[in-house]
Amino acid sequence: MKTAGIIMIIGSLLLLGLFKFPLWNIMLGAPQYPDPLGMDIYITGIQGVDEFDLQNIDGLNHYIGMKTIPKPEEMWEFSVFPKVILGMAILGVIIGILGFFKKLNYKFFLGWFLLMTVLGVLGMYDFNNWLTDYGSNLDPNAIIKVTNPDGSPMSYKPPLIGYQKLLNFDVDSWPHIGGYLLFVGMILTLIAFWLGRRASLKKTTQ
Amino acid sequence: MKNILKTSVALVSILIGFTSCNNSGKSNGGSGALASNVAEKVYVPPGEYDSHYAFMSGGYSGNLTVYGLPSGRMFKEIPVFSQFPTNGYGYTEETTPMLETSYGFVPWDDSHHPDISQTDGVLDGRWIFINGNNTPRIARISLTNFETEEIIEVPNSAGNHSSSYITENTEYVVAGTRFSVPVPQRDMPIKDYKGNFKGALTFISVDPEEGHMDIKFQILMPGFNYDLSHPGRGKSHGWFFFTTYNTEEANSLLEVNASQNDKDFIAAINWKKIEEYVNNGGGTMMPANYAHNLYDEDTHMATSTMKKEVRVVNPSEVPGAIYLLPTPKSPHGVDVDPSGEYIVGNGKLSANLTVHSFTKMIDAIENKEFDGDAYGIPIIKFEDVLAGSVEQAGLGPLHTEFDGKGNGYTTFFISSEVVKWKLGTWEVLDRKPTYYSVGHLTIPGGNSREPFGKYMFAMNKITKDRYLPVGPEMEHSAQLYDISGDKMELLLDFPTHGEPHYAAAIPAEIIMNNVKKIYRLDENEHPRKATNESETKVVREGKNVHIYMTTIRSHFSPDNIEGVKVGDKVFFHVTNLEQDFDVPHGFAVIGANTAELLVMPGQTRTLTWEPKQVGVWPFYCTDFCSALHQEMQGYVRVSPADSNLDLSWSLGE
Repeated sequence: MKTAGIIMIIGSLLLLGLFKFPLWNIMLGAPQYPDPLGMDIYITGIQGVDEFDLQNIDGLNHYIGMKTIPKPEEMWEFSVFPKVILGMAILGVIIGILGFFKKLNYKFFLGWFLLMTVLGVLGMYDFNNWLTDYGSNLDPNAIIKVTNPDGSPMSYKPPLIGYQKLLNFDVDSWPHIGGYLLFVGMILTLIAFWLGRRASLKKTTQ
Repeated sequence: MKNILKTSVALVSILIGFTSCNNSGKSNGGSGALASNVAEKVYVPPGEYDSHYAFMSGGYSGNLTVYGLPSGRMFKEIPVFSQFPTNGYGYTEETTPMLETSYGFVPWDDSHHPDISQTDGVLDGRWIFINGNNTPRIARISLTNFETEEIIEVPNSAGNHSSSYITENTEYVVAGTRFSVPVPQRDMPIKDYKGNFKGALTFISVDPEEGHMDIKFQILMPGFNYDLSHPGRGKSHGWFFFTTYNTEEANSLLEVNASQNDKDFIAAINWKKIEEYVNNGGGTMMPANYAHNLYDEDTHMATSTMKKEVRVVNPSEVPGAIYLLPTPKSPHGVDVDPSGEYIVGNGKLSANLTVHSFTKMIDAIENKEFDGDAYGIPIIKFEDVLAGSVEQAGLGPLHTEFDGKGNGYTTFFISSEVVKWKLGTWEVLDRKPTYYSVGHLTIPGGNSREPFGKYMFAMNKITKDRYLPVGPEMEHSAQLYDISGDKMELLLDFPTHGEPHYAAAIPAEIIMNNVKKIYRLDENEHPRKATNESETKVVREGKNVHIYMTTIRSHFSPDNIEGVKVGDKVFFHVTNLEQDFDVPHGFAVIGANTAELLVMPGQTRTLTWEPKQVGVWPFYCTDFCSALHQEMQGYVRVSPADSNLDLSWSLGE
């Protein structure tokens, strides 16, 4: 149970990487942009990969009537997400410590993991909603209007994850370091649960 | 009849035999296989980079062109001494001060000898210097933005040809006069030239941080023609060498009268000694009038200042600082090998190359082995300074460069070839023709302690039939050779722009990563900038109307302007708000008696327009900036001179 507790603590602390590293990254390459433009999505806001990338993405997007990339204060997510992540990290560390001193059942580890999963799914759902709105809620007076074969306006929604071709742009959307740390951390808490369970089972069989 | 037929058949068979033999010979040994091998050596696949930059002087274009090696592709023309309507250099309010001189605005020059800055005798790739020959000037071009940043006029000089070579730590950029003149200038009979005219050799100090130039001193030499120069390096650092011709001091029909002396001189100048003399207060401040033009990258503007005096030194004031080395037959180039030991005099009317030894020169000075003097300057005995000569190397030697492997490469104008020879043994190793009548040649870093001896290119004066005919006037040609082997191999023939004299070349990696992509808008300190659309405005100051305008894909702000009147002088101050690589915008307005503006991201440029007719006049973006480039346009309403219409401006209303 001691090892499980330590792993639980480490797993939870890895969440804090999201304060330093981006959760997600979207790169936009095109014939005219051999060095792609890029957005790093942090839990506290969106930043350009290179200094002027956001400005240049907004400059291009005005042709198709997309809204400008939101500033941190323009989206509630960027003030709530940091609090949720910090809260979950603290909660995980407390559970880990209590587990270490055997003051608490290993099932709490799984409980934390499930809560984090639910929050993560909600976060992804919210992120996807924003991408959809960003990519399809277009200015009706946009300079360039592109329609699908059925006549409906084309959406410029970047993929939630993976690659997609949007007009002349090759769009790649993948987790970044902070995101990977989050996944590793969550897997560690699952391992902590499994180790705790094994230790507990050993005890009962003895 | 039968016999005749038989004989004919036999003859035909023999002929076929010959031709097929000939064919097989060609395809086996031949030019086909060789040619494809050579093609690979100069082929830079699409999207890949050349390994070297080459900066070629523009000659009578007054500019500097940037090429890639080994492909021979031209990347850019950098305007230096000439107006350049392509981007408005020399036309805009910001850049016209660059072409100010003591003679007023001079919109053209003849640029000759680019030289890249050095640290410890090795190319550092910070700046490139080039001389304007006709109205004596030296320019400094930044190798981070590839723009001319500074031009200084050289007083007391005429035909600024033995320039703009730098010392091995870029302490000085040196400018010598080809034409001696009265100093100071005055009204006097031309026939009194001899003994009265002076040749000024100018040492311009270069600030090690900013590169700013300032004339430290001028040496007023006898009235010879100072043709070319080169710095000492390594052991000879601290010395500078100038070739002379017309030591006869003829003032007419120089073709004959300046070719009488069997030997002219290479002037060896101990500049460290003169610098010390000057630092201790030596020399005389002499009244002068010369322009110093400086471009400020933050304000995006040039300013021109007239300087009113210059420090001059007469050779007799500093004994032991200047010596003359006799050199046969009106030497043209003087070139110093990477070690600094050998000083090559290219006697252009000779078949031989004369090579002097720096060590022998110092010994001769110590032993006072002199052969008289010229105007008090000691002449060292020819035999006592001669290291050797390359015998019968070719006809009309002009210039020599070095590969850093102990070999010299000399151009021969009359016999139209480059000859490779060995330093020390003076034997000729190889010769290759050029097409035609080669002037200078360049090896990357060939004028430094450490040449990069892979490529050499020859710049020719005559092109004739090398390319498809284009009428009597044509560009010049250059040939690129691989010099990595024992024998030179001709790789490529490519046209050059203007008339390149000398060129400087450098491995790409030394500068390519320092090159700017944009100018930062937040560092723009132009006094009439507008860094966002809310700062745009139109202001009347008497008859002058200042339009603070911005550009961003794909509109001007403002794009409708009213209240301008006939007789006004309108200044379009255009700031490009883009901060994206390679998104310039252009600006042109109908009837402007000037050139367009080409405004780089983050930059401000000003076009002056004096409307002469009432009407509504369009302006537009001249650089195809975006998909909506054709929509990037606007109108200025011009009312009669007595109109009471107030200024107004708008965008999207």
